[in-house]
Amino acid sequence: MKVAYWPGCVSRGFTPELHGSMARVAPLLDIELVELDRANCCGCGVIAEHNQELADTLNARTFALAQQVPGAELMMNICSTCQGAQGECQERLDASAEYRAHVNQTLAPEGLAYEKDPGGAGGHFTNKNFLWLLVEEIGLEELRSRVKRPLTKLKVGPFYGCYIVRPRKRLGIDAEHPRDHYLEQVIEALGGSVIEYAGMRKCCGFPIVTMNKEASLKQAGRHLGDAVDADADCLVTPCPLCHLNLDLQQPAAEGVVGRDLKMPVLHLPQLVGLALGLEPKELGMNRHVVRPSAVIDWSTSVVGAAA
Amino acid sequence: MAETHRPPEQFTLRVRRYDPESGEAPYWDEHTVELEPHRSVLEGILQAKARFDGSIGIRCSCRAAICGSCGVRINGEPGLACHTHLDHARDGAQGGVIEIEPMGNMPVIKDLIVDMDAVHWKKIQRVTPWLLAKQPTPEREYVVPRESMVDITQSMACIQCGACVSDCLAMEVDPGFIGPAALAKAYRFVGDPRDDRRYERLLDLSHDPQGIYDCTHCFKCVDACPKDVNPMGQIMRLRRIAGSDEHIVDPNNGERHEQAITTLVRDYGLLHEAELVPRSYGGNSWFGKLHPAAGKELLSLLPSAIKAITRGKIGVKLALLGHKIPDSDLKAVKRIYQTVESRPERYELNLYISGEDEDERTPVGATAGGGGGGDDPATAGDRSAS
Repeated sequence: MKVAYWPGCVSRGFTPELHGSMARVAPLLDIELVELDRANCCGCGVIAEHNQELADTLNARTFALAQQVPGAELMMNICSTCQGAQGECQERLDASAEYRAHVNQTLAPEGLAYEKDPGGAGGHFTNKNFLWLLVEEIGLEELRSRVKRPLTKLKVGPFYGCYIVRPRKRLGIDAEHPRDHYLEQVIEALGGSVIEYAGMRKCCGFPIVTMNKEASLKQAGRHLGDAVDADADCLVTPCPLCHLNLDLQQPAAEGVVGRDLKMPVLHLPQLVGLALGLEPKELGMNRHVVRPSAVIDWSTSVVGAAA
Repeated sequence: MAETHRPPEQFTLRVRRYDPESGEAPYWDEHTVELEPHRSVLEGILQAKARFDGSIGIRCSCRAAICGSCGVRINGEPGLACHTHLDHARDGAQGGVIEIEPMGNMPVIKDLIVDMDAVHWKKIQRVTPWLLAKQPTPEREYVVPRESMVDITQSMACIQCGACVSDCLAMEVDPGFIGPAALAKAYRFVGDPRDDRRYERLLDLSHDPQGIYDCTHCFKCVDACPKDVNPMGQIMRLRRIAGSDEHIVDPNNGERHEQAITTLVRDYGLLHEAELVPRSYGGNSWFGKLHPAAGKELLSLLPSAIKAITRGKIGVKLALLGHKIPDSDLKAVKRIYQTVESRPERYELNLYISGEDEDERTPVGATAGGGGGGDDPATAGDRSAS
């Protein structure tokens, strides 16, 4: 399938291994990525905190660019924060035709306009995180059938990121779409074991890292510690901002909570890529601050099971 | 309507029991009650109490989701016991057993009763929860614009149940955080045109290290609230007014962090992460990094930064120059900033008040209590002076 692909800022900045691994994984799942390289930052909720209309207009621009990609079925992102921040703006834009027209007026000089229902068939513009796309568009059975190297014996703890699990109504989480359980489903489809722990749907602390560093790192450290206690080999997250606090800041978090953590944190496409037969290095796993190789015995639990 | 005639069914409740005075550890009790499925979890607890164990501690009064007494956690999520149907609770329960616990972030007095005084009410007191009226008092009533009162109806809808306090993730690691309920209450007065101390209130709440900038933006309170108060949204409004309208620069880097992100996206189109920390600590320009506060923070980040660079995670060029979108697009982004930021008033659409048009969903504004804002989003939206 062809998607208008929004990688976000951090996946091309401080977690380049995320964007890189997504590019490697996409062809193995027959996803054609048309990168929205002209689009702008979603504002990560902070621009909305400054001026809501500004955030709404900036994201309407991104949606409008996505709608211009010929043949793209939907827009795909690889960041929980992008999903949540863009979803919040889309909710307002979709709620009021008058507001939409007002925002589109600002976009008009560039020849862009965001349409709620581009086909006119009563549909909605769709923007899905790679996690949702995996489960809802590709399907768990299809994913399972493409696994070349099941993650047998690998104990994986999910870490969602707030923006992709709350608020439930805006994110369309219900009995039919248990999007707050998709990570567990994907881990199982890839042959791994799910480790449940207290912090899996809590906050990584990143939004307040410059405002209250201690509280921020205490959050990261506590959730990582819970995962250690639950005997996880690694965590997996669909959010690069969570990854910054959980991986890049992990040595600092260890200091704040006063214990060794050494918990590797994988980006979602990296975990998928491993199971689809890609090598850890191709997926940029050597770039993490907490080296995945430090904990996972690749020869027995992952690489060894190559089919 | 047919639902009300469904016959009684059996529901198993797993209740967390704890009596701190007993010296015994907490434990779980299971009781099976028989009620019609649309009855509330509270009715289930009360039946268990009446039939099996009169010692179960639960606080309740109105049984109609307005007194705010019966806040508990049901299947791990905070809410009102009287506002949750038994069948819905069973649908969300593991193994079909409805798990009921006391709320979090507050000490347990007994079983499902927590000490609201020790935490929730102390925090409410903290924000001076009464009107500090403008003087001189008018001879008759204060005359205020209708929209400005509609704007605060959302925070006025709070019933003080403590569900948002229970699961606040910032409070979990920083118990001194003023928290969602009290900050929503603070907005109720900051947004009230009759209040004379808007600036002082905002100065206080932004300078407090456990004030508005301690919120970690996790949306927990948004989902927890049984009254759609959206406490986190009210906190963001406090930040917006403090920073953009009152130009309050706080010692917690809150305003600088917001300015830094907003400016960096204007200038680069994307987030230039390496600039974010120095600007948040030292001031919103390239020279921010020369500020002692920024220097100290950058120094503390040096070990992580070196590791990230040696592992090839972060390129030196990227760290220094950042990444940009193409020039023509950057021009378009700058034009958007110029258009929106030069408006005499901020245009803020609040769906709680305006509801949704052209949609099959019921407008949320119908429950706002303020009579709704009509169909015109331009008048229904909150237009604050900037």
